[in-house]
Amino acid sequence: MKNRRLISRILIYALLSLWAIVVLFPFYWMLLTSVKSYASYNTEFIPKFFTLSPTIQNYKDAFSAVPLGDYFINTVIFTVLTTALLLAVAIPAAFAFARMNFRGKNIVFTAFLSLMMIPSELTVITNFVTVTELGMRNSFSGLILPSVMSVFYIYLLKESFSGVPEELYLAAKVDGTSDFRYMFKVMVPICRPTVITVAILKIIECWNAYVWPRLITDNAAYFLVSVGIQEIRENGFGRENIPAMMAAVVVICVPLILLFLLFRDKIMAGVARGGMKG
Amino acid sequence: MKITLSDITKAFPVRGKKGADVVAVRDFDFTFPDGTLVGLLGPSGCGKSTLLNMICGLLAPTEGHIFFGDSDVTKLPPEARGVGFVFQNYALYPHLTVLQNILFPLQNLKGADKLSKEEMHSRAEEIARLVQIDGFMDRKPGELSGGQQQRVAIARALVKKPRVLLLDEPLSNLDARLRLKTREEIRRIQKETGITTVFVTHDQEEAMSISDTIVVMKDGALLQSGKPQEVYQKPQNLFVSKFLGTPPINVFDGKIKEGKLFIGDAAVLDTPDLENRDVYVAVRPEDFDLCPSGAFVCPVHRIEVMGRDTSIVFSHESADAPVLRALIRTEDIPNTGATVHFSLRRERIHLFDKATEERL
Amino acid sequence: MEKQNKKAWLYLLPALLFLGAFMVYPLIDVFIYSFEEGYNSAAQTYHGIGFYNYSYVLRDPYFLQALKNTFILVIITVPVSTVLALLISLGLSSITALRKLFQTIYFLPYVTNTLAVGLVFMILFKKTPYSDGLINLLLNLCGMSSIDFIDGSYAAKMFVLCLYTIWIVLPFKILILTSALLSVKQDYYSAARIDGTSRRRIFFRITLPMISPMLFYLVITGFIGAFKAYSDAVALFGTNLNAAEMNTIVGYIYDMLYGDSGGYPSYASAAAILLFFIVLTVTCINLLVSKKHVHYE
Repeated sequence: MKNRRLISRILIYALLSLWAIVVLFPFYWMLLTSVKSYASYNTEFIPKFFTLSPTIQNYKDAFSAVPLGDYFINTVIFTVLTTALLLAVAIPAAFAFARMNFRGKNIVFTAFLSLMMIPSELTVITNFVTVTELGMRNSFSGLILPSVMSVFYIYLLKESFSGVPEELYLAAKVDGTSDFRYMFKVMVPICRPTVITVAILKIIECWNAYVWPRLITDNAAYFLVSVGIQEIRENGFGRENIPAMMAAVVVICVPLILLFLLFRDKIMAGVARGGMKG
Repeated sequence: MKITLSDITKAFPVRGKKGADVVAVRDFDFTFPDGTLVGLLGPSGCGKSTLLNMICGLLAPTEGHIFFGDSDVTKLPPEARGVGFVFQNYALYPHLTVLQNILFPLQNLKGADKLSKEEMHSRAEEIARLVQIDGFMDRKPGELSGGQQQRVAIARALVKKPRVLLLDEPLSNLDARLRLKTREEIRRIQKETGITTVFVTHDQEEAMSISDTIVVMKDGALLQSGKPQEVYQKPQNLFVSKFLGTPPINVFDGKIKEGKLFIGDAAVLDTPDLENRDVYVAVRPEDFDLCPSGAFVCPVHRIEVMGRDTSIVFSHESADAPVLRALIRTEDIPNTGATVHFSLRRERIHLFDKATEERL
Repeated sequence: MEKQNKKAWLYLLPALLFLGAFMVYPLIDVFIYSFEEGYNSAAQTYHGIGFYNYSYVLRDPYFLQALKNTFILVIITVPVSTVLALLISLGLSSITALRKLFQTIYFLPYVTNTLAVGLVFMILFKKTPYSDGLINLLLNLCGMSSIDFIDGSYAAKMFVLCLYTIWIVLPFKILILTSALLSVKQDYYSAARIDGTSRRRIFFRITLPMISPMLFYLVITGFIGAFKAYSDAVALFGTNLNAAEMNTIVGYIYDMLYGDSGGYPSYASAAAILLFFIVLTVTCINLLVSKKHVHYE
């Protein structure tokens, strides 16, 4: 009996480790390939699992031969502005739903919730036409504005705001605190964990955005990393420079992996509460 | 600053039913005297908190007017009335320190009222000393005991130098020992500041012990008001008599017939001044006189000695409760027979009309 | 509190503007587009209203190819990824040491850029003049001949696409299932063990029913997500998916909108609405099935 338990234990750990390798291996491979020199990579008919002469040449190439730096900066601008706008729009809306009394509240909230079910594929088409007609293709406003709203985040914030005892609001009212001051000085600080979760989920979403940026930009000056890496792959280094491509992939992946390792629990809890990729 | 409530009514609409409003407060007419501590007392759901919220300005009355001094504040928002409010669960901002909590109301002040940073801090420190929390200004509310949180809440309410201090069930979240201490504390702070204070409670002992005036409410209406002892000794109706006092008052069905008060078949008292009618006879536990020749005879269950109190537990077929209680002096413990004899005195019992439940 | 109508609407206004402009209006408009025949996006004119766009899309070989690809992808990846996630989660919830480490590792694909990591998969599977790629090397070791997974046969390409899709969707499923498994009260297991219940019976009679709502949630969202597959395919096979025979419905929609074959928002709308109804139908079937089998507390 004891032996059987031990064996099953070992088996479980072995299988879990196997899957861990399946998950980690692509990351290892991209790191490894990114430090192999172009020449050595192309002479390895049988790929080597390690390299004794790592080089950072590929990283230099990634930033010089293709405008990876520009893509990177564009993505940072896009991510920061979109996330900031989302918070600026979603926090007051969530506050209104959580704390204010107004006619039609339930109807509007139900309408908001039902919008959560709408797949983005249905709205992308008109948004594409609208943005094109407004001449906002290849501009940050065209990239950002349609990407700002996610009803789910309003819902998440509203749930959290509703958990703050109403007495705090009344106490603030007695002291003559404006709703605006209350929202920023009391509600948001108390619900900081949720606000941060929302911000991080939005940052992940923005950083990995592909469909909308691809539709709306064809000028490399406005490419985000996802579109950029595809461009690098198809027309990039003039020849199949896979090590340099992998260096670009590493540069793109590292910020989010760092963010994830820093905010692991918040991100996983936030995603578990209903985050879906895409 | 005296507070005058003139014919206040508050009705809440019921969802989905037009016209079927719930009346929380009905035709409430009362003046809270300047500089006093008034206890608003009543069972839960009697409208006392609603009334407090209207004085504060968080709720607007459906009808009637509220005056602070001589000025009508009915339409003013809370911040324009100059009130301090202490919530039942204190409503301290959990993410701010004690100092920041106390400063919070001051930072709202605008225009001519705006204070400099130094003024704000000296105000906060002054009030913290008054309520004796100056030792932990840098802590967060979560790190304080219930009693300390309560003091912070009072400090935050007082820091604006309000004209009126309102407390909603200020002691209900404290344990029994702290409750005694804190109510003395509230009394002291009120005396030191001289601010007109109204507090809401469902605990009659709490109200009686510290109030200058108590106001007893039921079903949204004022039943009786006055000095605690007056109300206790001269309850205007059956409800007030039952609501005040522990152990509770004993109530019997009685009858006035030809100048005599009957409980059951026994004539227990001469009442030449009263006409024939059905009455409730209410007798406080401490108001029974043991007397071997007493006309009021009841079967005894047991004698209870608890600390300084000695009580006879007995019953009576005309009583509204299965078990009754009389407090006596220890040296008067009767020989435990099957019955006990009491004599009743006119000035120590309360008679209420059976139909109206009003005092006779 | 009294009503605060005006102020509340003011607080809601920015959100309403964004939602109105970029969700509600487009939602209405997409239906209109889908019925406008011969819409010209330059002139913004059309010459009729009807079902022509739908019949065009349904007869378009590229759409039929995309439909086929998407269905194969859904039918393979949803069951495989759900079962795999369940197995991994069962393993995870049965250990305590290293659990957090494993959970962290398993979640990594969620936070990575689908397009970027897709390139890694591509080079692992791709056969080039220089090298057959790592995977083919493994196949050779097992005595099989090299296969070109990226530019080769349909089955090989579909295999990589499914594999990558599963790799991408597993983190979410593992996360949900592990927390569902860990939240099953230990009392049930203790009670069952006292009664001498076998492990198999415990799993099918206690564990599975207790996590069935979450499992079902994953199946539904899994179907919806798989039907909307697109960027994984782009990552592996490039933007010209029609040429690679690896297009998906969503890919077809975007190709109709923009790119070399683009400029047809009406066809794109018709395809999007078709997709929407496919997803709706499948979700409804799921809901019906689940009514019988899912145990809600």
